[in-house]
Amino acid sequence: MNTFKRKLDDNKFVITVELLPPKGTDVSALMEKARMLQGAVDAINVTDNQRASMRLGSLAVCRLLKERGHETVLQMTCRDRNRIALQSDLLSASALGIENILILSGDHPRNSENRGAKPVYDLDTVQLISAARLLEQGVDMAGKKLEGKPCFNIGAVVNPASDNADLQIMMMEKKASAGAVFFQTQPVFDIDQYSIFAGRIKHIPAKIIPGVALLKSASFVNFLRSIPGITIPDEVARRVEAAPDQLKEGIAICAETIRELKKISHGVHIMAIGMEAHIPEILSRID
Amino acid sequence: MIITTQKPFPEILELLSRHKNIFIVGCAACATKCRTGGEEAVNLMAAELEKEGKTISGRKILDTPCDIRVARKDLKEIAACADDAVLVLACGAGVQAVEKAVSLVVYPALNPVFTGTTERIGLYHEYCSLCGDCILGKTGGICPVTRCAKGLVNGPCGGAVSGKCEVDRDNDCAWILIAEKIKNNPSDKNILKIFVPARTVVKPGRITPPVKK
Ligand code: SF4
Ligand code: SF4
Repeated sequence: MNTFKRKLDDNKFVITVELLPPKGTDVSALMEKARMLQGAVDAINVTDNQRASMRLGSLAVCRLLKERGHETVLQMTCRDRNRIALQSDLLSASALGIENILILSGDHPRNSENRGAKPVYDLDTVQLISAARLLEQGVDMAGKKLEGKPCFNIGAVVNPASDNADLQIMMMEKKASAGAVFFQTQPVFDIDQYSIFAGRIKHIPAKIIPGVALLKSASFVNFLRSIPGITIPDEVARRVEAAPDQLKEGIAICAETIRELKKISHGVHIMAIGMEAHIPEILSRID
Repeated sequence: MIITTQKPFPEILELLSRHKNIFIVGCAACATKCRTGGEEAVNLMAAELEKEGKTISGRKILDTPCDIRVARKDLKEIAACADDAVLVLACGAGVQAVEKAVSLVVYPALNPVFTGTTERIGLYHEYCSLCGDCILGKTGGICPVTRCAKGLVNGPCGGAVSGKCEVDRDNDCAWILIAEKIKNNPSDKNILKIFVPARTVVKPGRITPPVKK
């Protein structure tokens, strides 16, 4: 049973986290992190060759997590596969019992360790969402009938901190009408800005799970600030920088942010990036 | 026009390493305009190759080396002589027309990079990638297929900052340009909200003349 979907459908507050597959085949560290989170979170997002860095596949990791009793969200980017491979992987996911799919465009390879890799983007996110919904009806994009229909819980992403909110909202509407029923976001650091955004998307029939990130150190704040689409207000950056124990301050900020978001969202998506061991502590401080 | 840049000279030398006599072909069209295959470029190339001990057996700037008829007509003399390589300062379409016109082995001296929109000489933009199914009529005359780094046709990703593309901060986000353009044109206002299905165009590899009745 898909407990993540069930909670979303029941309007319960969900907590998701993000784990990054290793470069290589050794999943022991990832599985240990997942074990620590068991019971505390509703689903684990598994990234798809994040930042265009070649990794163990998201599909394989999701399946391994499922076998150990974790609910997963398979992240799927449009960057590396054409419509044949994307549809095929969607079928594979369903056949392996993976229903929750998060569809993203994906970081372009140009600024990655694989500079020069051919970016595919045969489908964009809206098209891939609608392809997944089409497969559920038993037909593929070529109009051919399927033997056995898959079943999905489709999510997409939106950037609430974008300086062009109108376009982000338009994309959210398009993704929702194509079939996305939940949205996860880039990490939110500015609650006021987020609540204005949240107020503008109430008409969209989808669950919103804003992201939060653990600011583990001042240098990490600087790193995050260099990532496209992430905005960290100066006062938050200063708070981390000035703290005698930066990690402790980061945990406090993260818990505060979640407490605030709890009032205005359907869940939170925690990105702890290497600091997953602190997630239980963060969660113990949100009630 | 087709924008070309010159290959690094050591790479050209490497390509020509088995040859002593070189015939240089230039282009009086695009490659002259972007200063990679005109008279000046051909003469410079000849001088550089001579310095490296090559013999320049001839040089010729064709009006349009990408036209097989022109290449055949203008390169008649070298088709028969004993030079052992032709170096073409033109785009790949030009190099391949020359290849059809001569029996000698043909080498490119340029890297064709894109079909350019010229702002001024030396400043070119890649605005069209010749996708075969132009959608400019639905995107405010600004091409997301080419100018969005991800070729997204339904709308932007979430990474643009201050109007700049997340992939290359020197480039404008095509979708922000499109939205701006369309905002000022009330008849187009809702065009971006329409779902754009996956593209199914298959580009023809050749175009044939219409059959006469
Ligand atoms: S849509 Fe873009 S790439 Fe395609 S023909 Fe038009 S301008 Fe060129
Ligand atoms: S920032 Fe704009 S142009 Fe760049 S990839 Fe995203 S949507 Fe395309």
